[in-house]
Amino acid sequence: MLTRLVPHPLLSLTLVLVWLGLVNTFTLGNLILGTLFGLIIPMVTAAYWPNRPRLARPFKIIEYVLVVLWDIIVANVQVAMIILFRREPDIRSHWIPIPLDLKSAEAITVLAGTITMTPGTVSAMLAADGGAILVHCLHTDDPDSVRDEIKSRYERRLKEIFP
Amino acid sequence: MDVAAELLISVFLVISGIFGFVGSYGLVKLKNTVQRLHAPTKATTLGVGGVLLASIIFFYVDTGHVSVHELLISLFLFLTAPITANFIAKAYLARNTPQDELPPSDRDFGWSIYDDPPDGEADR
Repeated sequence: MLTRLVPHPLLSLTLVLVWLGLVNTFTLGNLILGTLFGLIIPMVTAAYWPNRPRLARPFKIIEYVLVVLWDIIVANVQVAMIILFRREPDIRSHWIPIPLDLKSAEAITVLAGTITMTPGTVSAMLAADGGAILVHCLHTDDPDSVRDEIKSRYERRLKEIFP
Repeated sequence: MDVAAELLISVFLVISGIFGFVGSYGLVKLKNTVQRLHAPTKATTLGVGGVLLASIIFFYVDTGHVSVHELLISLFLFLTAPITANFIAKAYLARNTPQDELPPSDRDFGWSIYDDPPDGEADR
Protein backbone atom coordinates (compact mmCIF):
# COMPACT_ATOMS: atom_id res chain seq x y z
CA MET A 1 0.00 0.00 0.00
CA LEU A 2 2.68 2.43 1.02
CA THR A 3 4.86 1.59 -1.96
CA ARG A 4 1.92 2.18 -4.29
CA LEU A 5 1.16 5.53 -2.71
CA VAL A 6 4.80 6.60 -2.64
CA PRO A 7 6.52 4.65 -5.44
CA HIS A 8 9.62 6.82 -5.33
CA PRO A 9 10.21 8.21 -1.82
CA LEU A 10 13.39 10.04 -2.75
CA LEU A 11 11.72 11.88 -5.63
CA SER A 12 8.77 12.76 -3.38
CA LEU A 13 11.10 14.15 -0.72
CA THR A 14 13.04 16.13 -3.33
CA LEU A 15 9.83 17.61 -4.72
CA VAL A 16 8.63 18.68 -1.27
CA LEU A 17 11.99 20.30 -0.48
CA VAL A 18 12.22 22.05 -3.86
CA TRP A 19 8.66 23.33 -3.48
CA LEU A 20 9.40 24.71 -0.02
CA GLY A 21 12.56 26.28 -1.41
CA LEU A 22 10.69 27.88 -4.30
CA VAL A 23 8.05 29.53 -2.11
CA ASN A 24 10.87 30.40 0.33
CA THR A 25 8.62 30.55 3.40
CA PHE A 26 7.85 27.59 5.61
CA THR A 27 4.14 27.44 6.44
CA LEU A 28 1.82 24.50 7.05
CA GLY A 29 -0.14 25.32 3.89
CA ASN A 30 2.99 25.21 1.75
CA LEU A 31 4.09 21.96 3.37
CA ILE A 32 0.71 20.37 2.56
CA LEU A 33 0.76 21.68 -1.01
CA GLY A 34 4.35 20.47 -1.43
CA THR A 35 3.45 17.04 -0.06
CA LEU A 36 0.55 16.90 -2.51
CA PHE A 37 2.97 17.60 -5.39
CA GLY A 38 5.36 15.04 -3.94
CA LEU A 39 2.61 12.42 -4.04
CA ILE A 40 0.99 13.26 -7.38
CA ILE A 41 3.99 13.95 -9.62
CA PRO A 42 5.76 10.58 -8.99
CA MET A 43 2.46 8.75 -9.60
CA VAL A 44 1.78 10.57 -12.86
CA THR A 45 5.34 10.16 -14.16
CA ALA A 46 5.88 6.58 -12.91
CA ALA A 47 5.68 5.21 -16.45
CA TYR A 48 8.76 7.16 -17.51
CA TRP A 49 11.23 5.46 -15.18
CA PRO A 50 10.53 1.74 -15.32
CA ASN A 51 13.81 0.52 -13.81
CA ARG A 52 15.09 3.22 -11.54
CA PRO A 53 18.37 2.60 -9.74
CA ARG A 54 18.51 1.78 -6.07
CA LEU A 55 20.76 3.95 -3.98
CA ALA A 56 22.95 2.20 -1.49
CA ARG A 57 24.75 3.96 1.33
CA PRO A 58 23.14 7.43 1.31
CA PHE A 59 25.89 8.86 3.51
CA LYS A 60 28.32 8.28 0.68
CA ILE A 61 26.29 10.81 -1.34
CA ILE A 62 27.11 13.55 1.18
CA GLU A 63 30.79 12.63 1.06
CA TYR A 64 30.67 12.65 -2.75
CA VAL A 65 28.98 16.07 -2.89
CA LEU A 66 31.57 17.57 -0.52
CA VAL A 67 34.48 16.09 -2.50
CA VAL A 68 33.01 17.44 -5.74
CA LEU A 69 32.33 20.92 -4.31
CA TRP A 70 35.90 21.15 -3.06
CA ASP A 71 37.21 19.99 -6.44
CA ILE A 72 35.09 22.60 -8.20
CA ILE A 73 36.69 25.39 -6.17
CA VAL A 74 40.17 24.01 -6.89
CA ALA A 75 39.21 23.56 -10.56
CA ASN A 76 38.10 27.16 -10.87
CA VAL A 77 41.42 28.44 -9.59
CA GLN A 78 43.45 26.04 -11.76
CA VAL A 79 41.52 26.86 -14.92
CA ALA A 80 41.70 30.59 -14.17
CA MET A 81 45.50 30.30 -13.80
CA ILE A 82 45.77 28.44 -17.11
CA ILE A 83 43.62 31.00 -18.90
CA LEU A 84 45.35 34.04 -17.42
CA PHE A 85 49.00 33.08 -17.29
CA ARG A 86 49.69 30.43 -19.89
CA ARG A 87 50.48 31.50 -23.42
CA GLU A 88 48.10 30.04 -25.93
CA PRO A 89 50.65 27.78 -27.75
CA ASP A 90 51.68 26.28 -24.39
CA ILE A 91 48.23 24.96 -23.60
CA ARG A 92 48.37 21.25 -24.37
CA SER A 93 44.85 19.85 -24.61
CA HIS A 94 44.20 16.14 -24.77
CA TRP A 95 41.38 13.79 -25.60
CA ILE A 96 41.30 11.10 -22.95
CA PRO A 97 39.22 7.94 -23.32
CA ILE A 98 38.21 6.52 -19.94
CA PRO A 99 36.89 2.95 -19.68
CA LEU A 100 33.86 2.77 -17.38
CA ASP A 101 33.04 0.17 -14.76
CA LEU A 102 29.72 1.84 -13.99
CA LYS A 103 26.73 0.23 -15.64
CA SER A 104 23.60 2.20 -14.79
CA ALA A 105 22.69 5.16 -16.99
CA GLU A 106 22.05 7.35 -13.94
CA ALA A 107 25.50 6.69 -12.47
CA ILE A 108 27.19 7.46 -15.79
CA THR A 109 25.17 10.69 -16.06
CA VAL A 110 26.34 11.79 -12.62
CA LEU A 111 29.93 10.93 -13.49
CA ALA A 112 29.76 12.84 -16.79
CA GLY A 113 28.30 15.87 -15.02
CA THR A 114 30.98 15.70 -12.34
CA ILE A 115 33.76 15.48 -14.92
CA THR A 116 32.42 18.55 -16.71
CA MET A 117 32.25 20.58 -13.50
CA THR A 118 35.73 19.69 -12.19
CA PRO A 119 39.46 20.30 -12.88
CA GLY A 120 39.93 21.35 -16.50
CA THR A 121 37.96 18.45 -17.93
CA VAL A 122 34.80 18.28 -20.05
CA SER A 123 33.03 15.04 -20.85
CA ALA A 124 32.22 14.94 -24.55
CA MET A 125 30.57 11.62 -25.33
CA LEU A 126 30.16 7.95 -24.54
CA ALA A 127 31.11 4.90 -26.54
CA ALA A 128 28.08 3.53 -28.38
CA ASP A 129 27.64 0.75 -25.83
CA GLY A 130 28.16 3.07 -22.85
CA GLY A 131 31.39 1.34 -21.83
CA ALA A 132 33.78 4.26 -22.14
CA ILE A 133 33.63 8.04 -21.88
CA LEU A 134 35.57 10.57 -23.93
CA VAL A 135 36.95 13.43 -21.87
CA HIS A 136 38.60 16.61 -23.09
CA CYS A 137 41.31 17.92 -20.81
CA LEU A 138 42.23 21.60 -21.16
CA HIS A 139 45.84 21.26 -20.12
CA THR A 140 47.84 18.30 -18.90
CA ASP A 141 51.22 16.75 -19.48
CA ASP A 142 50.14 13.35 -18.26
CA PRO A 143 46.76 12.17 -19.63
CA ASP A 144 47.06 8.80 -17.86
CA SER A 145 47.15 10.38 -14.42
CA VAL A 146 44.01 12.40 -15.23
CA ARG A 147 42.27 9.17 -16.17
CA ASP A 148 43.41 7.38 -13.03
CA GLU A 149 42.34 10.27 -10.83
CA ILE A 150 38.83 10.38 -12.29
CA LYS A 151 38.53 6.62 -11.87
CA SER A 152 39.78 6.53 -8.29
CA ARG A 153 38.26 9.78 -7.04
CA TYR A 154 34.79 9.83 -8.59
CA GLU A 155 34.01 6.49 -10.19
CA ARG A 156 35.01 4.46 -7.16
CA ARG A 157 32.66 6.50 -4.94
CA LEU A 158 29.83 6.32 -7.47
CA LYS A 159 30.19 2.55 -7.62
CA GLU A 160 29.48 2.43 -3.90
CA ILE A 161 26.45 4.75 -4.24
CA PHE A 162 24.94 3.00 -7.30
CA PRO A 163 25.70 -0.70 -6.67
CA MET B 1 24.52 46.37 8.75
CA ASP B 2 27.78 45.80 10.51
CA VAL B 3 31.16 46.09 8.89
CA ALA B 4 32.06 42.40 9.07
CA ALA B 5 29.00 41.40 7.06
CA GLU B 6 29.59 44.13 4.50
CA LEU B 7 33.19 43.04 4.17
CA LEU B 8 32.23 39.40 3.69
CA ILE B 9 29.61 40.29 1.07
CA SER B 10 32.11 42.48 -0.79
CA VAL B 11 34.73 39.73 -0.77
CA PHE B 12 32.31 37.25 -2.33
CA LEU B 13 31.17 39.78 -4.92
CA VAL B 14 34.74 40.58 -5.90
CA ILE B 15 35.66 36.89 -6.14
CA SER B 16 32.70 36.19 -8.36
CA GLY B 17 33.51 39.23 -10.47
CA ILE B 18 37.05 38.01 -11.02
CA PHE B 19 35.95 34.52 -12.03
CA GLY B 20 33.19 35.84 -14.27
CA PHE B 21 35.78 38.00 -16.00
CA VAL B 22 38.27 35.15 -16.40
CA GLY B 23 35.50 32.98 -17.87
CA SER B 24 34.71 35.59 -20.50
CA TYR B 25 38.39 36.30 -21.17
CA GLY B 26 38.93 32.58 -21.76
CA LEU B 27 36.33 32.68 -24.53
CA VAL B 28 38.42 35.32 -26.31
CA LYS B 29 41.85 33.84 -25.61
CA LEU B 30 41.41 30.14 -26.28
CA LYS B 31 41.48 29.22 -29.91
CA ASN B 32 39.35 26.14 -30.48
CA THR B 33 35.76 25.45 -29.54
CA VAL B 34 36.36 22.52 -27.21
CA GLN B 35 38.95 24.50 -25.27
CA ARG B 36 36.55 27.42 -25.05
CA LEU B 37 34.01 25.14 -23.40
CA HIS B 38 36.25 24.93 -20.33
CA ALA B 39 36.15 28.63 -19.59
CA PRO B 40 32.39 29.15 -19.05
CA THR B 41 31.60 25.74 -17.52
CA LYS B 42 34.07 26.26 -14.73
CA ALA B 43 34.90 29.89 -14.23
CA THR B 44 31.22 30.73 -14.10
CA THR B 45 30.28 28.13 -11.47
CA LEU B 46 32.36 29.98 -8.91
CA GLY B 47 31.41 33.30 -10.51
CA VAL B 48 27.72 32.64 -10.02
CA GLY B 49 28.33 30.85 -6.71
CA GLY B 50 30.04 33.91 -5.24
CA VAL B 51 27.11 36.19 -6.08
CA LEU B 52 24.67 33.67 -4.61
CA LEU B 53 26.64 33.37 -1.36
CA ALA B 54 26.81 37.17 -1.13
CA SER B 55 23.06 37.29 -1.71
CA ILE B 56 22.33 34.73 1.02
CA ILE B 57 24.46 36.67 3.52
CA PHE B 58 22.97 40.01 2.51
CA PHE B 59 19.36 38.92 2.93
CA TYR B 60 20.15 37.11 6.16
CA VAL B 61 21.75 40.21 7.68
CA ASP B 62 19.15 42.54 6.16
CA THR B 63 15.91 40.69 6.93
CA GLY B 64 16.95 37.96 9.37
CA HIS B 65 15.52 35.23 7.14
CA VAL B 66 17.55 32.57 5.42
CA SER B 67 16.73 32.62 1.72
CA VAL B 68 16.74 29.25 -0.01
CA HIS B 69 16.27 30.55 -3.56
CA GLU B 70 20.01 30.89 -4.03
CA LEU B 71 20.58 27.24 -3.16
CA LEU B 72 17.96 26.24 -5.70
CA ILE B 73 19.59 28.41 -8.36
CA SER B 74 22.92 26.67 -7.80
CA LEU B 75 21.20 23.26 -7.78
CA PHE B 76 19.56 23.96 -11.14
CA LEU B 77 22.83 25.32 -12.53
CA PHE B 78 24.64 22.14 -11.51
CA LEU B 79 21.97 20.08 -13.25
CA THR B 80 21.93 22.08 -16.49
CA ALA B 81 25.48 23.39 -17.07
CA PRO B 82 27.14 19.98 -17.76
CA ILE B 83 24.34 19.00 -20.13
CA THR B 84 24.70 22.17 -22.18
CA ALA B 85 28.47 21.69 -22.35
CA ASN B 86 27.99 18.08 -23.40
CA PHE B 87 25.59 19.04 -26.19
CA ILE B 88 27.88 21.76 -27.50
CA ALA B 89 30.87 19.38 -27.45
CA LYS B 90 28.93 16.66 -29.25
CA ALA B 91 27.52 18.99 -31.90
CA TYR B 92 30.99 20.43 -32.50
CA LEU B 93 32.56 16.97 -32.82
CA ALA B 94 29.86 15.71 -35.14
CA ARG B 95 30.28 18.65 -37.51
CA ASN B 96 34.02 19.28 -37.40
CA THR B 97 36.03 16.32 -36.20
CA PRO B 98 36.72 13.23 -38.27
CA GLN B 99 36.72 10.01 -36.30
CA ASP B 100 40.45 9.38 -36.67
CA GLU B 101 41.35 12.58 -34.81
CA LEU B 102 39.90 11.14 -31.62
CA PRO B 103 41.54 8.35 -29.60
CA PRO B 104 39.85 4.96 -30.06
CA SER B 105 37.35 3.88 -27.42
CA ASP B 106 39.22 0.56 -26.93
CA ARG B 107 35.91 -1.29 -27.04
CA ASP B 108 33.90 -3.29 -29.52
CA PHE B 109 31.87 -0.18 -30.18
CA GLY B 110 33.20 3.22 -31.26
CA TRP B 111 32.16 6.66 -29.99
CA SER B 112 28.45 7.23 -30.04
CA ILE B 113 28.23 9.87 -32.77
CA TYR B 114 30.01 7.58 -35.26
CA ASP B 115 28.77 4.19 -34.21
CA ASP B 116 25.35 2.63 -33.60
CA PRO B 117 24.58 1.21 -30.17
CA PRO B 118 24.32 -2.57 -29.74
CA ASP B 119 20.98 -4.06 -30.78
CA GLY B 120 18.18 -3.56 -28.33
CA GLU B 121 20.05 -1.10 -26.18
CA ALA B 122 19.13 2.02 -28.13
CA ASP B 123 16.10 2.64 -25.94
CA ARG B 124 17.66 1.62 -22.66
